[in-house]
Amino acid sequence: MIDWLDGVLRGFINPYYYGILVTIGINIILALSLNLVTGFTGQLHLGHAAFMAIGAYTAGLLSTKAGFGFAGAVIVAGLVAAVAGVIVGLPTLRLRGDYLAIATLGFGEIVRITLLNLDITGGPFGLRGIPRQTNLPIVILAVLFSFLVLRSLVNSRMGRALIAIREDEVAAQTMGIDTTRLKVTSFTVAAFFAGIAGALFAYWFRYLNPSSFGFMVSIELLAMVVFGGLGNLLGSVLGAGVMTYLPEFLRTVAPAIAERRLVFYGALLVIVMILRPNGLLGTSSEQGWLEIWLARRRSQGAAGRVGSGPGAGSEAPPATGGAGHGPA
Amino acid sequence: MPGSGAVWRRFPARTGFAHRAPSRYDWEETTGGACLAQASTLVLYRCAAERGAPLFAQQLINGLVTGSTYALIALGYTMVYGVLQLINFAHGEIYMVGAFTGLLLVTVAKLPFPLALLLAMGGTAVLGVTIEFIAYRPLRRSSRLSVLISAIGMSIFVQNVALWIWGPSTRSFLPPFPVTTFTIAGLRTNTLDLLTLLVAVLMMVGLHLLVTRTKLGKAMRAVAQDRETAALMGINVNRTIAFTFAIGSSLAAAAGVMVGMLFNAVTPSMGVMPGLKGFVAAVLGGIGHIPGAMVGGLVLGMAEVLGVALLSSQWRDAVAFAILILVLLYRPSGLLGRRTQEKV
Repeated sequence: MIDWLDGVLRGFINPYYYGILVTIGINIILALSLNLVTGFTGQLHLGHAAFMAIGAYTAGLLSTKAGFGFAGAVIVAGLVAAVAGVIVGLPTLRLRGDYLAIATLGFGEIVRITLLNLDITGGPFGLRGIPRQTNLPIVILAVLFSFLVLRSLVNSRMGRALIAIREDEVAAQTMGIDTTRLKVTSFTVAAFFAGIAGALFAYWFRYLNPSSFGFMVSIELLAMVVFGGLGNLLGSVLGAGVMTYLPEFLRTVAPAIAERRLVFYGALLVIVMILRPNGLLGTSSEQGWLEIWLARRRSQGAAGRVGSGPGAGSEAPPATGGAGHGPA
Repeated sequence: MPGSGAVWRRFPARTGFAHRAPSRYDWEETTGGACLAQASTLVLYRCAAERGAPLFAQQLINGLVTGSTYALIALGYTMVYGVLQLINFAHGEIYMVGAFTGLLLVTVAKLPFPLALLLAMGGTAVLGVTIEFIAYRPLRRSSRLSVLISAIGMSIFVQNVALWIWGPSTRSFLPPFPVTTFTIAGLRTNTLDLLTLLVAVLMMVGLHLLVTRTKLGKAMRAVAQDRETAALMGINVNRTIAFTFAIGSSLAAAAGVMVGMLFNAVTPSMGVMPGLKGFVAAVLGGIGHIPGAMVGGLVLGMAEVLGVALLSSQWRDAVAFAILILVLLYRPSGLLGRRTQEKV
């Protein structure tokens, strides 16, 4: 069935776009799972590429050294990444959010250095000889599976608890939410999906190298989630799609910009946070300058245009604190 | 010392004096703080036995020099954290820009070294204040997550702009003064190492005096304690925060220039690792605590040397993060920090 579907898709899509679509799919799974931790639970996670690496190397080793089949290797890869998620999450998620950022960053580096220094992973030479068994229908199925699982998760009682943690952790705790347990759970689920994405990555590119899972990959994933919208799953799909395709597109049109894309990603993160911290489709209650400015213009318009032109709103809007910011 | 017996039982197996498979009990005795003590005893013994005591002491000197640069970086993190409760992710990039500025002033502008160092510090102070103004000040009232993401974005931005301007290749940074090597008490050292230590000590003493003896220092401490009350007392909070960034950034620039010469290498990506390690040092000493950052930097430098002696140099960077995770696990308030409860 899947083979038949793959044949049909390959007939319709040229190999170049087929490859891009597979990469987009893998990135969508990664962005969705990162969104669970960062967007819904509000914990900045800077080591998502490490869970992807763990999944990818697990699958790669299982298939080349232990003779595992595709399905088995992918599932085990997800589980191994989930276990790693518990191990990292349990100590660090007890602490306040900003420590998690550094701890996950450090964890990501440790994973990369370990992969670089182990013999079994091929070290800097990488791991070769993985069969190509990922194809577009499988990726689409995996994307649908992760989307549906994560959607029912965030719409459940647990998902509401996660959002409560994001909005105010102390208040959530006061309401009887076991914040540490839930944070670890969301972290573990995210690690599981990142592991699966990593395994699909391994079976698609057939060659693994620690440098494919560096810190900048985690940052690109974060940029996808932030751009698409923190706390919105469709936003992550959109963010991953646009930010995977755009560099490919720019590579043909303006290669200089595609090469320097990290400059723009960095600026994008800052600008989005200032203007609209929710990204395109975010759901948190936080407002940025853009929303405050629009709200002020609207209220000014309602008050009957008190002598000021459209330029009046351009003076530092949040100085007086807009809606949602509370008293100073 | 609990667990120290395991060192002696495990030791022969590792050096091959007696061929005995290490028993599983050797590892089970290893927990928490005992682990560090055990590891350091082992290293001391191995170095003393196999490579001679001077080599070990020699390594400690290297650890001290590296550690003092970590301490300079850590001070910037800790000061900013003190006043804003923000991890300034762009701090490592400020350090990198400091190194580049110093290099260009020395090689292109042919300025004398002390002047170049001071100008590099001044230039990065401006950069630090600019970063604060663009990326952090508009988000003063936003959630922590937003500010952290903005900080990460700024770090990526500065690093890649530097990559764009200066290219990815490593530039050599030869000290513009003669470096002589000499021996004190059987230990080889050189003027560059000593100068680095001197610069670090001077900066730290200067910072200490600034924070404890001047009006600006008092304002910084007040803002760190309670921003709103400080504002009510007539302190210009924005200006104090800007000064904090300026001072922290110039310390990082000093570290950047010294490290650039120590390793004879300046690249746009050089700020990433020292930036992270400076943060680890700050957390190790107790974040927000200025003497803690100094101690944390020195301890981290030493610990890395021990780690390299125990494992191998490839694991150097992993040591710092392992320390970070251990500190977060067992003593999140750091070596010198006090336990605090989050206020609502």
